[in-house]
Amino acid sequence: MADAVVTPVTEVRRARPKPRSRLRKFFERKSTIAFFMALPLILLIFTLVIYPAFYAIYLTTLNKRMTATAWMKNCTYLPDWICTYIPFGNLQFLLTRETFWMVFWQSCLFAITAVIFKALIGFIVSHLVHNIPAKGQRKWRGMLLVPWVIPAAMSTLAWQWLFDPSYSAFNWILAQFEIERIAWTGVAHWARFSVILVNIWIGAPFFMIMYLAALKSVPDQLYEAAEIDGANWWQRIWFVTLPMMRNIIAITALFSTIVTFANFDIVRVLTAGGPLDKTHLFATWSFRLGIEGGDIPLGATVSLFMVPILAVAAAFILRDITRRGNEA
Amino acid sequence: MADVSIRKVFKRYDSVEAVRGIDLEIKDHEFVVLVGPSGCGKSTTLRMIAGLEEITAGEIAIDDIVVNDVPPKDRDIAMVFQNYALYPHMTVAENMSFGLRLKRFPKPEIKARVDEAARILDITELLDRKPKALSGGQRQRVAMGRAIVRHPKVFLFDEPLSNLDAKLRVQMRTEIKRVHQKVKTTTVYVTHDQVEAMTLADRVVVMNHGVIEQVGPPNELYHAPLTKFVAGFIGSPAMNFIPCKLEDAGDGLRVRLTGDYAFPVPQARVARYRPHLASPNLLFGVRPEHVAESRPHAEPGIHPFEVGLDVTEPMGMETLVYFKVNGAEVCGRVSPTAGAADNARMRLAIDMNNMHLIDDATGMVL
Repeated sequence: MADAVVTPVTEVRRARPKPRSRLRKFFERKSTIAFFMALPLILLIFTLVIYPAFYAIYLTTLNKRMTATAWMKNCTYLPDWICTYIPFGNLQFLLTRETFWMVFWQSCLFAITAVIFKALIGFIVSHLVHNIPAKGQRKWRGMLLVPWVIPAAMSTLAWQWLFDPSYSAFNWILAQFEIERIAWTGVAHWARFSVILVNIWIGAPFFMIMYLAALKSVPDQLYEAAEIDGANWWQRIWFVTLPMMRNIIAITALFSTIVTFANFDIVRVLTAGGPLDKTHLFATWSFRLGIEGGDIPLGATVSLFMVPILAVAAAFILRDITRRGNEA
Repeated sequence: MADVSIRKVFKRYDSVEAVRGIDLEIKDHEFVVLVGPSGCGKSTTLRMIAGLEEITAGEIAIDDIVVNDVPPKDRDIAMVFQNYALYPHMTVAENMSFGLRLKRFPKPEIKARVDEAARILDITELLDRKPKALSGGQRQRVAMGRAIVRHPKVFLFDEPLSNLDAKLRVQMRTEIKRVHQKVKTTTVYVTHDQVEAMTLADRVVVMNHGVIEQVGPPNELYHAPLTKFVAGFIGSPAMNFIPCKLEDAGDGLRVRLTGDYAFPVPQARVARYRPHLASPNLLFGVRPEHVAESRPHAEPGIHPFEVGLDVTEPMGMETLVYFKVNGAEVCGRVSPTAGAADNARMRLAIDMNNMHLIDDATGMVL
């Protein structure tokens, strides 16, 4: 009697789990879980990176009024029947513009000069701070970080007053020494100098703090060993500090190059690209053409032009880092 | 090759006195080991010889030249660090030759010296590797190689074996001794491990609280310690200290540990101990190996007694037995076949010929 009741129950139990377990197995698979864990990030990257990137590429193919495709025309090296079906008319237009090449050159000059000086100043200052006794170090570190913490647009405004041709502090000092006033933002090379100077002032603390962290991670015993080996302070920097900091230096330089190359606020506030476009960078010129000039596809083309340049820089420096990655 | 003289040397940090007036003469070719618990000033002393720490007072001379104000690179010393301090971006050969390259030695000379050192240390096949690709023991060898190639006047070792595992430590200890027999440079070696000190040293310097407790050959320190600290620090398991009283027993003296235990002092020591008959804070010191199982035939100075054991620790070649006398834990070493067992009673014998009497108030061995 008892047997007769029990048997059908077990049969039902045995039969049912099959379809359910297949689905459950799918959800319990490691790769599935991994996918769902990564899903928020994937969505984020899609909406904030990939979609805008492709939309920008799409924009570059449109004409000024965004009503039709901007086909290329009158290509030098391509037969017309191919040329007129390539939708990069904006690119063709830009590459034949003198201003574009000037902006290209200016961006490189701006980024490279600023990064070199930021790195140099950061390196020197980090050594100074590193040698301050631990007690007072926090104070100095905090104060030195101020330029980096203040919103760049605000501090640049203050710099603009410093650079003012008639009432500024700089020209007042020059006047005390009876040196002729300088039109800091009015003459091309002084304007470039000013823009780079402000960028160095804002960016050097970042290098300082990164290098300071790197310095602190170099074991003291290495310096002691080098000292006993007969190295003077310069040789200790050259043979111990620099090799130990190599990766941090490379990563910081790369990161800063990208950010500096794509800089917008300093130039925008200080010179607005002037005089005569002589301080425009890709970002500011793209804004001028696209937003102010009303030619959004052309602006998008300019800003898109930064991608291959920065990609090459990133590839170079990152390859170097992975090659000697785990040396220490 | 050189003598090292340390004369009345002090080292003061802001509020701490790390080294408090030490004197030490190290002879040419000698292997001297500074040993003591952490914070005793041994590393500071070594670093002052190296020139990595300034000397607050006193003077250090290498080869009779006072080096107080000479920078490390001009002292002609080489140092091996606890963490090896190898330059991670240089190969083994570059690490070893770094000092010579800075001094602009000719290339063939550098190569000859590196090859020679590599041969001594048996690391010839590692010369092209980076430190990352080496094991702890190999790194230690490279660090020693870096010292050897310089042909310095003095080798300084700062706890060089502390980062190695136990087996490798024993192996490298022998290695260091072998290298010293070949190279014969004056060596100052710092360690907190008394076994290392005993096995390596020509002379051991025991330091505590910034002063030297005793200097002497290993066996002298072991058998004739001058202070309670040295007696307790050298030797493992450590010497037993039991509070005791000294009693007059006619023509001799007796050490009374408790009502149950009293042992006669050997005749040879009676005259030495008699002045301390009334001292209130006496400690009786005896090493574990002098508390062994009792033998059937009587020997002079060896006195049997019976105790209840607490714990026994079989070590293989011997068994350690622990029991309490007069509130103090006492360790004895008996033969594994003597039948020692936890919580059992056992008949042991104490060798009074190797006893020590310590005045606990001054910490001096009497």
